[in-house]
Amino acid sequence: MPRESLEQHLRELQDEVLVLGSMVEKAISRSMRALKERDLELAKQVIADDEKINQKRLDIEEGCIEFIVTQQPVATDLRIIVAILNIIVDLERIGDHAEGTAHIAVMIGDEPPLKPLIDLPRMAEKTNDMLRRSLDAFINRDAKAAVKISAEDDEVDDLYNQVSRELITFMLEDPRTIGRATRLIWVAHNLERSADRVTNICERVVFVTTGKMEEIKTSRY
Amino acid sequence: MSFEITTKDLDVFYGEKQALKKVNLCVNEHQITALMGPSGCGKSTLLRSLNRMNDNIAGVRVEGQVLLGGRDVYAPEVDAVEIRQRVGMVFQQPNPLPKSIFENIAFGPKVLGMKNKTALEEIAEKSLRAAALWDEVKDELKKSALALSGGQQQRLCIARALAIQPEVILMDEPCSALDPFSTLKIEELMQVLKKRYTIVIVTHNMQQAARVSDWTGFFLMGKLIEYDETAEVFSRPKDKRTENYITGRFG
Repeated sequence: MPRESLEQHLRELQDEVLVLGSMVEKAISRSMRALKERDLELAKQVIADDEKINQKRLDIEEGCIEFIVTQQPVATDLRIIVAILNIIVDLERIGDHAEGTAHIAVMIGDEPPLKPLIDLPRMAEKTNDMLRRSLDAFINRDAKAAVKISAEDDEVDDLYNQVSRELITFMLEDPRTIGRATRLIWVAHNLERSADRVTNICERVVFVTTGKMEEIKTSRY
Repeated sequence: MSFEITTKDLDVFYGEKQALKKVNLCVNEHQITALMGPSGCGKSTLLRSLNRMNDNIAGVRVEGQVLLGGRDVYAPEVDAVEIRQRVGMVFQQPNPLPKSIFENIAFGPKVLGMKNKTALEEIAEKSLRAAALWDEVKDELKKSALALSGGQQQRLCIARALAIQPEVILMDEPCSALDPFSTLKIEELMQVLKKRYTIVIVTHNMQQAARVSDWTGFFLMGKLIEYDETAEVFSRPKDKRTENYITGRFG
């Protein structure tokens, strides 16, 4: 097959994006578990592991530069590389949001719980699910799936609204909860932003597949 | 936007073999149009049919139209020599005449009847300046053109084409015999020249087409497969055959 080395190089870069994606997924679920189960060690681990995520992103960026220099990609090959360069930034930022949640878990420490955490873990699960499927759509060049996943951001937004309203009610009823409630709102915000980043990834999938560079949907927040 | 050159249903035959099939192309004024495609796709045939360079090849038959500023260059009353004056050409191998630098430039205007030495000197300086060669050769205009480097020779050929004041410059792989630095000089020169001239370039070098041209046409087996703005062709080609060619997956 002509251009076998180009094809292989491109496959390797995409595999690396999947590796980065799974590191980020793990950061989201572990940070939420640390918060929910008050596992400070796990929270610290998430914070430490964020460095690995950052490094992986830089390595992939290096790989993309090398690919551009050695293969001079055009057309779909070029769009894939441009998409990867954007997707890894979004993934790294989602990782930062997970690290933020882990920091909050550490801050909360052994304060008495405000309420059992239900909606926040649901937000994390939904975000993770969207993330995993957006990367599948990227690998499968499935623009339809990408548009559909983007639309699901509304569910995360609705959960965010719900959590915020509930926590504000707590604060209004008892000002002593303001500190704890505010921290949980930050967590919700981290997750809401993460899901927005997933919609960015979906936009890149559409770009790779159709060549169209456009915002699928603007977040309400 | 006005179209400097338009081909309408252009067919070119070499004997039985059809080299171009119903090509419809609009070359924009003061822009650089690149024609690319695998060997034998018809791109050079098209280039050569724009100024009737194919006329001298035995067995060539041209059907359809090539309009230069609205006038069919193949109309019976049209003089091929006049067309070639309006549409100059630069070839793959630099082909200076075995004469002095000055004589190379003066040759065309002389053939067209210009005798005044001062006027010829003025044209030589103007053309050499326009071809970005003046500073390198101004003190040795009497030196043989063959003593120049390949890159300088090619710029001399461009200057020679400019001396007869054409409207369009056709370039048939003008850099394929040059080193990267000379290539870059010609490419920079093209960007300056397009302000005054319309340029059509045939190139095998896709990076060059991407670097220099405003519009790109992709040819395959005598047909114009895709013609669009260069950035479009190289970032989101519409035809799978174009994509396969520019990504190196065939051809």
